[in-house]
Amino acid sequence: MTPQLLIFFVLAALAVVGSLSLILQKHPIHSALSLIVVMVALAGLYLLMGAEFVAAVQIIVYGGAIMVLFVFVIMLLNAGIEEHTNFSKLAGYAGVPLGIALTGFIAAAIARSTDAVHAATTGGTIASTRQISTMIFKEFVYPFELTSFLILVAIMGAIVLAQREK
Amino acid sequence: MVPTSYYVILSAVLFGLGVIAFIFKRNIISIFMSIELMLNAVNLAFVAFSQSKDNLDGQIFVLFVIIVAAAEAAVGLGIIILIARNRQSLNVERVDLLKL
Repeated sequence: MTPQLLIFFVLAALAVVGSLSLILQKHPIHSALSLIVVMVALAGLYLLMGAEFVAAVQIIVYGGAIMVLFVFVIMLLNAGIEEHTNFSKLAGYAGVPLGIALTGFIAAAIARSTDAVHAATTGGTIASTRQISTMIFKEFVYPFELTSFLILVAIMGAIVLAQREK
Repeated sequence: MVPTSYYVILSAVLFGLGVIAFIFKRNIISIFMSIELMLNAVNLAFVAFSQSKDNLDGQIFVLFVIIVAAAEAAVGLGIIILIARNRQSLNVERVDLLKL
């Protein structure tokens, strides 16, 4: 077993355990902390693949900004342990089997397709961040500028939604 | 050397766990976090295929997905604050105004 494979299995196990913990924890703040574990594990996997720019963005934007926003809202609303009402029995009975079936179908389709099975490139090309920046500002410049507009609209929407009506 | 299929299968497992959390959770903030988990799983598949095909388009797509997720988090949490203020509860079962 190569060291890369070992690191992959450790990080993958961390991600899966974090997601299971997200489901099993009763308190939303514990779910949020589990999600941070998943995101850091995924950032490690991106580093392993040689996508260091995506790994940095994952830590800064997901692990930093978005999760701080989540934790902030959980504390602001003083969200407690979730209460269990029995309005919907169907979700409790059908949810887990259907989710496992979906995972099985996707994984089986991947395992059967020969296209995806060949080995990953080692990656780690030092110039990949430079190439990404060139691509963003040449080929993808219109979508990139559109995202700034999207962020602006999202900020205005959040302010309008959250302000107290007069 | 990790095969690409390992990454994609991990991505499928994380997506499935996100779907299970989405159906299983009753707290609206936890449901929102399971959506973020699903987005993360898809990002992993994007980066894995990007590395295996030696094509950086996938990584740029991940960047756009992260930007959209940030915008979605801002608006979604605004809506959650509004629901919590109007309903005094974060349980999705109590938000049933459109239910027949």
